[in-house]
Amino acid sequence: MRRAVTALFPTLIAGPALAGEVAVSVEIPRLDVSEYHRPYLAVWLEGADGAALANLAVWYDVRKKEGEGGAKWLKDMRQWWRRIGRETELPLDGISGATKPVGAHALSFSTDAAPFAALKPGHYEIVVEAAREVGGREVLRLPVSWPPQAGARAEARGTSELGAVSVGLKP
Amino acid sequence: MRHLARLALPLLAALAAAAPAAAHKAWMLPSSTVLSGADVWVTVDAAVSNDLFVFEHVPMRLDNLVVTGPDGEAVKAENAATGKFRSTFDLHLTKPGTYRASVVGEGLFATYKLNGEPKRWRGRPEALERDVPKEATDLRLTQTQQRTDTFVSLGKPSTPALAPAAKGLDLRAETHPNNLASGETARFTLLLDGAPAANVDVEIVRGGVRYRDAPGEIRLKTGADGSFSVTWPQAGMYWLGAEVQDDKATIPNARRRAAYNATLEVLPQ
Repeated sequence: MRRAVTALFPTLIAGPALAGEVAVSVEIPRLDVSEYHRPYLAVWLEGADGAALANLAVWYDVRKKEGEGGAKWLKDMRQWWRRIGRETELPLDGISGATKPVGAHALSFSTDAAPFAALKPGHYEIVVEAAREVGGREVLRLPVSWPPQAGARAEARGTSELGAVSVGLKP
Repeated sequence: MRHLARLALPLLAALAAAAPAAAHKAWMLPSSTVLSGADVWVTVDAAVSNDLFVFEHVPMRLDNLVVTGPDGEAVKAENAATGKFRSTFDLHLTKPGTYRASVVGEGLFATYKLNGEPKRWRGRPEALERDVPKEATDLRLTQTQQRTDTFVSLGKPSTPALAPAAKGLDLRAETHPNNLASGETARFTLLLDGAPAANVDVEIVRGGVRYRDAPGEIRLKTGADGSFSVTWPQAGMYWLGAEVQDDKATIPNARRRAAYNATLEVLPQ
């Protein structure tokens, strides 16, 4: 029923009752290394043309040094840095935060809030990049079609710095 | 022989790097080219050598070092020192944007014969008359103009520091030199005295030559509009060089040799 309504009146998707969800899950794998630092990790939204549209998460060492923090190593997330990071003022309210431990981490975005509320129909990618001090770097891409279809889901699995990564859409 | 010994002096060697093909290469090597944060440092090594980027021949003199900051203003190089094989200096980056470090040199080079014996001379134009005997024959003068560049960016790359020089060879960057990635194509225009330099050979060599059997240089030629494009085969630190010879010397009866070289970092995707 809700789908029928949104199809007929897409501009009416404003009330919280109608809001859908973009649920992203990112797994930071346990690594058997002698010197371990939590990875810097960024999640962002890209258009079909490769243009970055919005940051969804930026986890970095916010406490490393007074004032500047660990911003010095943000550029190690190379793709993120080139596409959107170097134009991002950190900290970003509700988006940037401290590095996270090993395990699966859930991110949830409402379809009626930025950046998804203003998204035009089309194909997009949610990109996840992790870079670790004295470690490696890995980038995974999850395709997203907009507007979301019920049960739409994309998964990927990293081989080094990322574990299972997924996005599930709830219109 | 004494002349040759003098030629081996680092400054002269740096200028001699403008000589064609077989000559040593002048280069600067920054510790990083793409940086984040608010207040960071970069160390730059500068040398003249055959192996890229290994300091194995002579240091590059820093007397003519100019560093241009994001607003086009001069930036002071700190902790400058010159050792046996390389010079080094630090740059303190406190403003976001692109910095360009340049060593810009000019010189005069002469070959002549004295009693049938070939001689070479290098020095300042005003010293030519004093140093080269009146009886010299077959005097040939070459005025050299050389620029060696490298670029680093803190935060988002900017363009004011890239403004091309009005004199000698320089590069106009259609693709920002701190925004290069493997597999992508970069486009530049070679300028001579500020005007497009057509039909000029450009050589591009990736660093780490010492550990390869073949240098694997990329050879290109600028088009009629002075432009050239390069698709980076892989990530790495690259040396780019070009040279022009013409009769536009500012010294009477001299030929002009203008050379440009730059160190460019190409990052992985």
